[in-house]
Amino acid sequence: MMIWALILIPFIAGLLSLFIRVDVLRRSILIAAAVCHTAIITLCWLENPEPILAGWFAFDATAKLFLSIASVLFLCASFYAVGYLKAERHEPKKDFEEEEFFVNAPEAIFTACLLMFLMTMTLAITSQHFGLIWVAMEATTLVSAPLIYFHRHHRSLEATWKYLLICSVGIAISLLGNFFLAIAASAPDGSSIPLMRSDLAANASQLLSPWVKAAFIFILVGYGTKMGLAPLHTWLPDAHSEAPSVVSALLSGTLLNCAFVGILRAYEVTAAAGLLPFAQNLLILFGLVSMAFAAVFIIGQADYKRMLAYSSVEHMGILALGVGLGGAAVFGSMLHTVNHSLTKAALFLVAGNILAVYKTKIASHVKGVFSLISVSGFLWIAGILAITGFPPFGTFLSEFTILKAIIEQGRYFIAAAYLGLLAIIFVSFSAIAFRMAQGRNTENLPAKNERWLSIVPPAVLLFGVLVLGVYVPKQLTNVLHDIALLLGGN
Amino acid sequence: MWTDIIMVLLILTNMVVLGTSRLRACIRVVAVQGVALGILPLLHSFEWQLLIFAVLSIILKGIVFPVMLSRTLRQLNVWQEESPYVGYGLSLLMGPFALAFSSWISLRLPLPYTIHSTMLIPVALFTLIVGLFIIVSRKKALTQVLGYLVMENGIYAFGMAIAYHQPMLIELGVLLDVFVGVFVMGIAIFHISRQFDHINTDQLSALRN
Amino acid sequence: MRDYAIMIIQPAAAMVLAPMLLGVINWVKANFAGRRGQPLLQPYYDLWKLLHKSAVYSSTTSWIFKAMPIVCLSAILLVTFIIPLGFGKTILSFNGDLILAAYLLGLIRFFIVIGALDTGSSFEGMGASREVQFSALAEPAFFIAMAAMARQTSSISFSNIFSAITPQMWATNSATLLLVTAAIVIVLLAENSRIPVDDPNTHLELTMIHEVMILDNSGPDFAFLLYSAALKLWIFAAILVGFILPMNVMPWQISIPVSIAAIFVVSILIGIVESCMARLRLVRVPHLLFTAVALAILALIFTFRN
Repeated sequence: MMIWALILIPFIAGLLSLFIRVDVLRRSILIAAAVCHTAIITLCWLENPEPILAGWFAFDATAKLFLSIASVLFLCASFYAVGYLKAERHEPKKDFEEEEFFVNAPEAIFTACLLMFLMTMTLAITSQHFGLIWVAMEATTLVSAPLIYFHRHHRSLEATWKYLLICSVGIAISLLGNFFLAIAASAPDGSSIPLMRSDLAANASQLLSPWVKAAFIFILVGYGTKMGLAPLHTWLPDAHSEAPSVVSALLSGTLLNCAFVGILRAYEVTAAAGLLPFAQNLLILFGLVSMAFAAVFIIGQADYKRMLAYSSVEHMGILALGVGLGGAAVFGSMLHTVNHSLTKAALFLVAGNILAVYKTKIASHVKGVFSLISVSGFLWIAGILAITGFPPFGTFLSEFTILKAIIEQGRYFIAAAYLGLLAIIFVSFSAIAFRMAQGRNTENLPAKNERWLSIVPPAVLLFGVLVLGVYVPKQLTNVLHDIALLLGGN
Repeated sequence: MWTDIIMVLLILTNMVVLGTSRLRACIRVVAVQGVALGILPLLHSFEWQLLIFAVLSIILKGIVFPVMLSRTLRQLNVWQEESPYVGYGLSLLMGPFALAFSSWISLRLPLPYTIHSTMLIPVALFTLIVGLFIIVSRKKALTQVLGYLVMENGIYAFGMAIAYHQPMLIELGVLLDVFVGVFVMGIAIFHISRQFDHINTDQLSALRN
Repeated sequence: MRDYAIMIIQPAAAMVLAPMLLGVINWVKANFAGRRGQPLLQPYYDLWKLLHKSAVYSSTTSWIFKAMPIVCLSAILLVTFIIPLGFGKTILSFNGDLILAAYLLGLIRFFIVIGALDTGSSFEGMGASREVQFSALAEPAFFIAMAAMARQTSSISFSNIFSAITPQMWATNSATLLLVTAAIVIVLLAENSRIPVDDPNTHLELTMIHEVMILDNSGPDFAFLLYSAALKLWIFAAILVGFILPMNVMPWQISIPVSIAAIFVVSILIGIVESCMARLRLVRVPHLLFTAVALAILALIFTFRN
C-alpha cells in the first residue's frame, strides 16, 4: 500500500501539473508531492511496508537507503525549484555566453518531468525484477532529458542529445546483460528461475557461471554508462553543466545512485553465484579509472559546474571502488553514497546561486562570492570542504572508512592510488573554488539579497552531512550493515 | 527454413543499412527488419499473448516508427547522409567481420539448451554490432536514431533465443520505452534542426573538457 | 549412352543458344520501353555480318591485340565444356574444375585488358583500368561464393555441386544458398557489363567499361568477342541456375530443357532489371561489389556453422 502511494503520488501530481495553468497552484503541487513522498518514506522507516505485485516492488534495505536519499534530495530540490522558477522569466532572454536569445521550456512540462522523474526513480529503486529495473531505468533517462533541455539554447540541446543517445545505448547494452542473466538462469530442459532478485540469489548455485559473468559485464557497462563510470562518463559533464542547477543536483545526487542500485542488484546475484572476486576486480578497476579520469579533468577546469560534474565521476569511482574492495569498505561505500548525494546536491544548488548572480560559469570570472552573497559563499566553502573529504564532514568519515579497509587488506598500491588521487583532486578543487569565494568582485555587481528558498535547501543538506560526520544514527547503521552483508562486506 | 530466411533477411537489411546513404531507404529497411523480427516468434509457437505482442511490435516498428521518422525527414528536408566518419565501402566490409566475430563469440558461450536455429545468436549479436557501428560512424542525428533502432532489433532478436519468456508486463514496458525513446529523440532532432539548421552531430561540439 | 548424350547436348545448347540471350534481353527492354525492338535473332545476324568482314588493325598494335579474340574465344569455350546444364558430368568434368573455370575466366579478362592496353588509346586504357578495379572486387566475391558452395556440398567440381543441390538442402541450409545466390547475381551483372554496373548500350565512351575496351576490334575479331561475351553470360546464368534449382529430382530429359528455360528466365530478369534501374555512378559501383564480397563471406561463415 505504502509503495503504491510512493509510486502514484508523484505520478498523479505529475499528470495534474501538466494541465494546471496557474503557476502558484502548480508549484504548490510540486512541493506537496515532495513532502508527501518524504513523509511516507519516514513512515516506511518506522514500519516496513509490504511488497506489492507479487513481490515485484519491495522496500528492502537497498531500496530503503537509496530511496530515502532520493526523496530527501527531491524535497530540498523542489523548494529550491520553486524559488528558481519564480526568478526565471517566461519571455525570451539573452544567453550570457553568446549573444543570442532563448526561451525556457514551458514550466508545466518542467514540473511534470520533475515529478515523473521522482516516480521513475522510485520504480527503479524499489523493483526487484531485473526486467522491471531495466524498464524503469530507461524511463528515468527519457523523463530527465526534457529537464536538461530547460533552457532552450544550442548548448543545452547538445548536452541533451548526448545524454539521450549515450545513455539509451548504454541501457540497451544492459538489457542484453539482462538476457544473459536469463540464459544463465535456465536449465537444459528449458525451465528457468524467475529473474527476481530473491529467487536468483536463493538458487544462485544453479546459475551458469560463464553467462553470469557475461551478464555482469554487460550490466556493469550499461548501467555504468548512466552512473558515470569512466570512460563511459562522456555525457555527464555536458549534461550537468548545461542543465539548470536544480536538475544537476538531482542528476548527480539521485540519478547516478539509481544506476548504482542497478549495478548493485546484479552484483548481489553475481556474488551469490560464487563469482565475487571476478565482480570485485571489475568494480575496483572501474573505480580507480574513474577517479583518475576525474582527477585529470578537474585539474585546471575552467567551468565550475563541470568541475562539480567531474567530481561526481570521482565519487562514483569511490563508490565502485569501495564495493569492489569488500569487507568494511562496502559499509564505507554505502555511507559515502549518502554523504556524496547530500553534499553534491547542496553544491550544485549553491553553484546555481552563484550562476544567477555572476551570469558566468567560468570560474576565473567569479570573484568575491563572500562579499557579494555571503551566505552562498559560506555554503560554497563548506560544500567544497565537505566534497573533498575534510573533517568534520561525513565524507571524511566514509572516505576514511574505505581507506582503513584498503590498508587492513594490505592493498598498498590501491591505497596509494586512492590517497594520491584524492590529494590531487583536493588541491585542484580548492585552488579553483577558494579563488571564487575570496577577493572582491571586479565587475561591480550590485549586492543582492539572497532568497530563503535558494539558501535554506543547500544549508539543510550540508548540515545533514555535518551531522553524519559526527554521529551516524543507529537505524542508518543497521541498514548500511544489511546492505553490506548482501554485497560481500561485513 | 523460414527462420533461416528471416535470418538472411536480417543480415541483408543490416548490409543495406551499412551501405546506403539514402535516409529514406534506410528507414524503410529498418522497418522491414522490425517486421521480420516481429514475425519470428510466431513461427514456432502460437499463443494469444505472443500474438498480441507480435502485432504490437510490428505496428510500432513497421508503421509508427517509419511514419514518424519519414515525417521528420520531410520537415527537415534532409535526404542523405553525407561524408560519414567511415565510408560505405569500408562499412560494408566491416559487416562480414562483425558476423564472424559474433559467430566466434556465440561459439565461446554455448547456450544451455537448444533453440530453433543455430544462427539466431550470431545474427542477433551481428545486428547489435551493426547498430552500434552506425551510431558511432554516422554524423546525422537521424541516422544515429536508426542505428539505435537496429541495435534494439538485435537485442530483441536475442530475446527470441531465450527459452524463458519474460512476463508480458515487462515486454510491454520494454516496447513502451523504445517507443518513447524514439519519440523523444525525434523531438530532439527537430529542435536540433531548428537551432543549427542541420542535424549533423559532429557540429555539436561546443561542450568540451 | 545416356552420359554421352548429356555431354554433347550441354555444350551444344550453350554454343547455339548463347547469342539468343542477348536477343532476349534486348527484346524485354524494348517491350518495357514500348518499342518493337530488334528481332530476337539479331545477335546472330550481327555475328554473321561481322564474320564476313575483314579485320582492320591499327599500326601501333602488336600480336597481342590479334591473339586476344582467339584466346578469349577458346578459353570461354573450354569453360562451356566445364559447366554442366542440369546435372551430370560434362566432357571436361574433373575434381577441381571449379578452380580451372575461375582461372580461365581470369585469363579472358587478362587478355582483354592487355589487348586494350596494346592499342595505346587513352579510352581503352581507361576502360581497362576500370575493368581491373572492379574485377579486383568481383573476383573475390566469385571465388568466395564458390568456396562457400564447395564447403556446403563438400566437392570442388561443378557437376557434383549441382547434383548436391536438393530440396532438402534448401530446407536445412537456405541461408547459405540465399546468400550465395545474391552474391552471384551481383557478380553476374558486373562480369557481363550489365546495368547497374555498366551499360552495354551506351554511346558515351567516358562511361563505358567493357565496350570501350574492344572499340578497336573489328570484323571476325569483334565477332569472336561478341560471341565470347554471349557465352560468358550463358555460363554465369547456368551457374546461377545450377546453384538454385535442385535438378536431381528429375530425369535428364526434363532437367536439361528446364535448365535452358531457367537460363532464359534469368536473361528476362536481367532485361527487367535493366529496364527498371539506371546505371550506378562509377564511384558507387565498388559499394555494390563490396556488398557481393560481404554476402559471399557471410555465406562462407554460415557453412562453418554446420
